[in-house]
Amino acid sequence: MTFLRLIASAAVLATFVSTAAAETIRIGEINSYTRLPAFTDPYKKGWQLALEEINAAGGVKGKKLEVISRDDAGKPGNAVKIAEEMISRDKVAMLAGTFFSHIGLAVSDFAKQKKVLFLASEPLTDALVWTKGNEYTFRLRPSTYMQAAMLAAEAAKTDAVKWVTVAPNYAYGKDAVAAFQQVLKKLKPEVEFVDAQWPALFKIDAGVTVRALEAAKPDGIYNVTFGSDLGAFVREGSVRGLFDNRVVTSLLTGEPEYLEPLKGEAPKGWIVTGYPWYAIDTPAHNAFRTAYEARWGESLKMGSMVGYNMMLSIAAALAKSPSLETDDLIKAMKGLKIETPMGPVVYRDADHQATMGAWVGLTDVVDNQGKMVGWRYVDGNEVLPPPAEAKAMRPAN
Amino acid sequence: MGFYIAQFLTGLASASSLFLVAAGLSIIFGVTRIVNFAHGSLYMLGAFIAYTVASRHGFWAAIPASMIAVGTIGWVMERTVLRHLYGAPELFQLVATFGLVLIIQDLALWLWGPQDLLGPRAPGLEGVIRILDEPVPMYDLFLIAVGVIVLIVIWWIFAKTRFGILVRAATEDREMLQALGVRPGRLFQITFFLGAALAGLGGALEVPRQPVSLLMDLNVIAGAFVVVVIGGLGSVFGAFLAAVLIAQVNAFGILVFPEITLFAAFAVMAIVLILRPQGFFGRTSRSHSDSIEIQPPATLGKLGPLAGGGLFIFALTIPFLLGDFGVVLVTDIMVFAIFAAGLHFMMGTGGLISFGHAAFLALGAYASAMAVSKFGAGMEIALLIAPLAGLIGAAIIGWFAVRLSGVYLAMLTLAGAQLIWSASVQWQSVTGGDDGILGIWPAAWASGSTAFYYLTLSLAVVAFIGLKFLSDGKFGYAVRAARDNAPRAAAIGIDVTTQRWIAVMVSGAVAGLAGGLYVFSKGSVFPDIAAIPQSVDALLMVLMGGLHATTGPIIGAVVFTVLEDTLSRLPYWRALLGFAIIGIAILAPGGIGGALSNLSHRISGASK
Repeated sequence: MTFLRLIASAAVLATFVSTAAAETIRIGEINSYTRLPAFTDPYKKGWQLALEEINAAGGVKGKKLEVISRDDAGKPGNAVKIAEEMISRDKVAMLAGTFFSHIGLAVSDFAKQKKVLFLASEPLTDALVWTKGNEYTFRLRPSTYMQAAMLAAEAAKTDAVKWVTVAPNYAYGKDAVAAFQQVLKKLKPEVEFVDAQWPALFKIDAGVTVRALEAAKPDGIYNVTFGSDLGAFVREGSVRGLFDNRVVTSLLTGEPEYLEPLKGEAPKGWIVTGYPWYAIDTPAHNAFRTAYEARWGESLKMGSMVGYNMMLSIAAALAKSPSLETDDLIKAMKGLKIETPMGPVVYRDADHQATMGAWVGLTDVVDNQGKMVGWRYVDGNEVLPPPAEAKAMRPAN
Repeated sequence: MGFYIAQFLTGLASASSLFLVAAGLSIIFGVTRIVNFAHGSLYMLGAFIAYTVASRHGFWAAIPASMIAVGTIGWVMERTVLRHLYGAPELFQLVATFGLVLIIQDLALWLWGPQDLLGPRAPGLEGVIRILDEPVPMYDLFLIAVGVIVLIVIWWIFAKTRFGILVRAATEDREMLQALGVRPGRLFQITFFLGAALAGLGGALEVPRQPVSLLMDLNVIAGAFVVVVIGGLGSVFGAFLAAVLIAQVNAFGILVFPEITLFAAFAVMAIVLILRPQGFFGRTSRSHSDSIEIQPPATLGKLGPLAGGGLFIFALTIPFLLGDFGVVLVTDIMVFAIFAAGLHFMMGTGGLISFGHAAFLALGAYASAMAVSKFGAGMEIALLIAPLAGLIGAAIIGWFAVRLSGVYLAMLTLAGAQLIWSASVQWQSVTGGDDGILGIWPAAWASGSTAFYYLTLSLAVVAFIGLKFLSDGKFGYAVRAARDNAPRAAAIGIDVTTQRWIAVMVSGAVAGLAGGLYVFSKGSVFPDIAAIPQSVDALLMVLMGGLHATTGPIIGAVVFTVLEDTLSRLPYWRALLGFAIIGIAILAPGGIGGALSNLSHRISGASK
């Protein structure tokens, strides 16, 4: 029967996988590779580069690292199933990865249930380390709140008082707007938010959205749209003069993933968070850039940095921990300090959030290519709430 | 005033671009009766091809190039895949075109890479015209003009040319046309070329408006379906009006309720279908003439009870045969088998197509998750609430849906699922929005993977036996009679509508149960459980297993889950899955269960 044969072949595959080399430390890595390749592809190249460097240098405590990497196809149910397989069949020491916030949360909750360490590399949702945080989950990338707070601090320095917001209609967009409003109002109580637009994710009807924002006659615009929505929004907004003589702050827009596709039409003078890899001149970053370009023959993206730093964090935690037991690994992750191409990053003991920061600057067009100018690096510590306050947001467990 | 006129024109431009996609879809459906899921992929290919041509030869050259290229791709699609499926049940066609979607996704990723690509603006149309002092982009006006011109040209082709007359005849009555000596093959090829070329045009004209991305295909297809259904299947003029309606509701809706963007189109569709079931200009489908096509269930015959018993014993031994993960995988399969069994009952026995079955899965899942997280209920209570929630949801959606038939019914269920999906996203205080509901794990006694497996197995057996009992009993005969010939069934005193309504509720309750089990097996629930891909997965399982095979849902769930789990370890796995789906659709149109049934009858027949 076909049914039996399929089950049998699954079982055969299982034994095949589990007989692989035992003298390695296994890491389970899950991400939405087919759903959002634009971001996950450079991310994968980033951690692969770090993995190769770590293993070439002899691995961790004489053992090579082995990463089992799987695609969750953008489904949280799949991610949990794969995590289960990695723990019970592949015997991984810990889990890492994920891009979408809801998948990060699903795996985080699973990690708590199964008592296994999970390093969430890319999901941005604040809930992951705060309202729905747990002992087993750590997060690397600067969260929605952190990036929004960086922009709010810059926005408070401008004259703009009447603001409008435009954000994709899902959790990330909502969180990003709420955080921006909260921080900006605290810094500058006289600001008002006069309109908010919520286009469906990747389905923006840019023309009508731009018109609706224009109708509110704002001084400042806070944008959270990204990807193809951003391109459409910039085009329709520019042609209708929406951005003329207005302050525009825009989340993540300086990341090469989102700025590069706009080419010569990148907006000028927007205050953005991002990653000006072409202009960072530190020995650590130059080494990283050279190695990455030599290995992959393409330029850096934000995802490359996140993937690279994730693998550095994993290796550092494994080196610091006396064993591969989850409890020891968690102790090792708490307060773990790593040296990354962008400087030192610490995993906070209080809320398990890394202090990885972001660059804040203005967009401009140089040689027909969108670039960030006048930027500075904002360390995560500058915008994170103090440890006690952050800890108070976490559920007691 | 100027503001509203400008907003109206902007809305019209969006309507125009929606119309171009929907028009091709509608024409293809009208002639071939194929619901072409891959139409969005053709549109995406059109945009990619236009991007490449535009960056070398300029934007204006890209439009005809893209139309010809995509038209040819559509023609190749018809020749290689779809022409084998004209006789197959319409859902096989849908699923095969979904296989094409997967293949084209990976093809585009391979050819153009993962990054979004921003093409040039249309030369000469970069600026704005001031109308009552409001800026209106010239390209918007151009788009509106193209939409109207395409509408007129299509009208002219259909009204005045021989080809158009034949197309209309084919839309009206394909068999009669064939009887009159017109070879439908060429007609279908030309139709596919034309429809695909329109998708190519639509894609190419988007290049100056938004970056070309790999998400364009699925993003446009749901909207295009909505437009075609509201306009009336096969009616191009209807599609035009529907596109204008949807775009204007969105354009003005967001001024008042900015959050309307998630569900505006589907809400409009639901209202239109309830008030006017065949859409604006759709004709009420002529009833299945007078023929009765009796479709008996494809059982395993005498081997049936034997196979069922054997399967059950095998299922009991799974935890001893497979490791921990094997048990988890089989639990997954079991949950999806229950879900698919509910859909299978509605579709196979009842002949009622659901494109939105994830709605009931989601209701069951959210109801049990909320019972636990908000009211502190135990797992046992939550698992009782799950089928109840599915049943209530099915009673409401079904009450409207069973008054429609065929694709219209399917689209109303899709609208229902979309409304539930947007509620689960939007209603944050209750559903947790996109952050979902976490920490819903089984009670202590069922928390081990083996214990939970046996729990799932016992509920699955209850569900399967219950469904088998219902479909073999009086109720099953009544529903099948209504499926095979509704007027005759009504004539002998069967209350067709009520029987169908009950069938939908049964199906919804079973799906709800699957949803409850799903939450406890994964520990969390998120809005994507109500999204379109989840409904498509269920359709794939039912069709892989066989629409009329009694073992269909089980086989389908096994094949689909194992296939996805195995293939997803490989690069470009979606294309491989796509080829597998198309292969099954063409080579085993009865599904794997149907093929097994034939085999079994041959064996037991030979042994006599």
